[in-house]
Amino acid sequence: MSMRKVILGATLAVGLGVAGTASAQQRVQIEFWHGLTPPPGQLLEQIVADFNAAQNTYQVNAAFKGSYPETMTAAIAAFRAGTAPHIVQMFEVGTGTMMAAGRAVKPLHELIAETGVQIDINDYVPAVRGYYALPDGRQMSMPFNSSTTVMFYNKDAFQKAGLDPEKAPETWPQLVDAARKLKAAGVACPFTTAWPTWAQVENFSAIHNVPLATQGNGFGGLNAELRINNPTMVRHLNTLVEMQKEGLFRYGGRDSAADALFPSGECAIIHGSSGLRGRIMREAQFQWGTAMLPFYPDVQGAPFNSIIGGASFWAMNKGPNATRSAEENKGISEFFRFLAQPSLIAKWHTETGFLPVRVAAYEAVKASGFYQQNPGTDVPILQMLRGPGTTTENTRGIRLGGFPEIRVIMQEEMERAFQGQQTAQQALDNAVTRGNVVLRNFERANRS
Amino acid sequence: MQRRVIFDDKLLPYLLLFPQVAVTLVFFIWPALQAVWQSTQLQDVFGLSTQFVWFENYTAVLTDPGYVGSIRVTAIFAASVTGLSMGLALLFAVMADANIRGREAYQALLIWPYALAPAVAAVLWLFIFHPQIGMVGRTLNQAGVPWDYKLNNGQALSLVILASAWKQVSYNFIFFLAALQSIPKSVIEAAAIDGAGPRRRFFTIQFPLIAPTSFFLLIVNVTYAFFDTFGVIHALTQGGPGTATSTLIYNVYKAGMVAQDLGGSAAQSVILMAFVIALTAVQFRFVERRVHYG
Repeated sequence: MSMRKVILGATLAVGLGVAGTASAQQRVQIEFWHGLTPPPGQLLEQIVADFNAAQNTYQVNAAFKGSYPETMTAAIAAFRAGTAPHIVQMFEVGTGTMMAAGRAVKPLHELIAETGVQIDINDYVPAVRGYYALPDGRQMSMPFNSSTTVMFYNKDAFQKAGLDPEKAPETWPQLVDAARKLKAAGVACPFTTAWPTWAQVENFSAIHNVPLATQGNGFGGLNAELRINNPTMVRHLNTLVEMQKEGLFRYGGRDSAADALFPSGECAIIHGSSGLRGRIMREAQFQWGTAMLPFYPDVQGAPFNSIIGGASFWAMNKGPNATRSAEENKGISEFFRFLAQPSLIAKWHTETGFLPVRVAAYEAVKASGFYQQNPGTDVPILQMLRGPGTTTENTRGIRLGGFPEIRVIMQEEMERAFQGQQTAQQALDNAVTRGNVVLRNFERANRS
Repeated sequence: MQRRVIFDDKLLPYLLLFPQVAVTLVFFIWPALQAVWQSTQLQDVFGLSTQFVWFENYTAVLTDPGYVGSIRVTAIFAASVTGLSMGLALLFAVMADANIRGREAYQALLIWPYALAPAVAAVLWLFIFHPQIGMVGRTLNQAGVPWDYKLNNGQALSLVILASAWKQVSYNFIFFLAALQSIPKSVIEAAAIDGAGPRRRFFTIQFPLIAPTSFFLLIVNVTYAFFDTFGVIHALTQGGPGTATSTLIYNVYKAGMVAQDLGGSAAQSVILMAFVIALTAVQFRFVERRVHYG
């Protein structure tokens, strides 16, 4: 009921735009750029409208700037031109770049210290908070929409293949076995993966506690070197290549391109973002289930926790020679505090499939019985908490400069392996060699 | 018979030239010089620290095996796009120039694709050839032809060539048609009376007479293939699989926008610019000799 009132208020505020112009002029303007398409993008803009309706000192102006990489490029170009937005939504892959951005960004811990606005950052889920914090624990950006990769499977297809539809494959050998049975039952595409590097390299490495890079995946310093050509990773890419030869795995393209293959019923199993859930709910014409990503049971200690994707909010300075006024910083902080409300996070989580980033929000959703009524919605958060209970330096996250480019390189080399042009070992060796060039250039450019 | 107007004022010609020169300087020469300057810099992405590194960006680019590979891809791509789009356009223009029923309709329809933005054109092709959701792609796979441009280099390259060429056919068509229509009818009729068939007339009269247009289009098309095909490639294959469709211009984008390496990207732009200038110079030197401007 109160939510409805807020929405009504926001609608009125928009509707009375003409009357509101005068007061909007006096409000402190906060520019906010994001990279979310609807439906989550719409919900985010609604949250912004709610914030504007809830107080009359600050006006946050949300603007959609394209995909995550496009938003990143736009923000960087704007900073160079002295017109950076106050807040930018930055995908997790850009975190390393933002961490090294020096005075281009305004760290969250400085904002809190300067403005005195209280944000209870310690209540955030450690694996989320830690991703955006310095090694000494100082928070750099504001966590918001975090996701992780999970497995979705087609229960109807499982039934048809004589598999138990209530029991998803837990390990890779089980998944290969299920894929064989699905193929035998006439499923043209038993298994595919969206986000080939995020799911099959980055999260795979965390779940098996093998390093993606030295220096604790880059948390320790800019001199990190890639380590993805380790035996466990090579073995896994080899499994995928062999599955593809056998007709059990179909490569569905880069980034989220493979997403479409699951809701259409084409592929029976997909590894994809937990945020894919909403689309599957809307489009799938069959029974489906959610499960955790599989692991190799003979790898010591596996499974460990998976790592997050998604994005966080960074406060930015205006340009190389321009900072923000105290008023503006206060506005940014107030908006962040608004975002930190457990009720808001809980609503965002249940409606979009993104993770409940605050412990209080998770507890509230759990207590409400939402997870019982919607089986599988707690899989992402449980997968984030899987394992020995503490994160290791391989499962904390990734902090590598130039990581967007390294992802492209990994995808290119993996594609060449799927084409049969090179072996899994050669593909990962090449990715390491080429990726290290990127890391060294980043280190050089950011040393001074 | 030629009339000549003589201006005594020495300043006037410069004054008349000034707007064009100013636009060229501000929008072409100045950015080009900036690119040359940028290509000698090593900068962090936010532009907060800058080092002068002489020609290191160039050595890095030219010693990268991927970059050398993309020169080969670009050569195949540019030659195919130019050949295909000019060949088809000429064929259509000759046919639409003939006395056939409904030729105005053909002429109008053939011009339409030019109005499309490259990215939109690419999406149309995607809906036709996508292995799972495209009409032709699906049919091919159901018929047992393994069609998947996401993993097959040849198929991916063919697809981007086809889509890029298709878009340019319209442009070439307009020029070829205009050129064909400007050939005096009497010349062609005289040849016909002398017993020359359509094929003979085309190769001995029409083709040589439209040579200036063909030459102009050759340069425009090569430049198009080098610079303006980014949108098509980005929407269809993103340079993949592997780097099978990463042309030089796509590499500039990857270095500048994905990798945020402005120095390296600028170095690639400068190399690309030098490439196209050299190519155009060669065309003027060797091909233009054989062109007769009536």
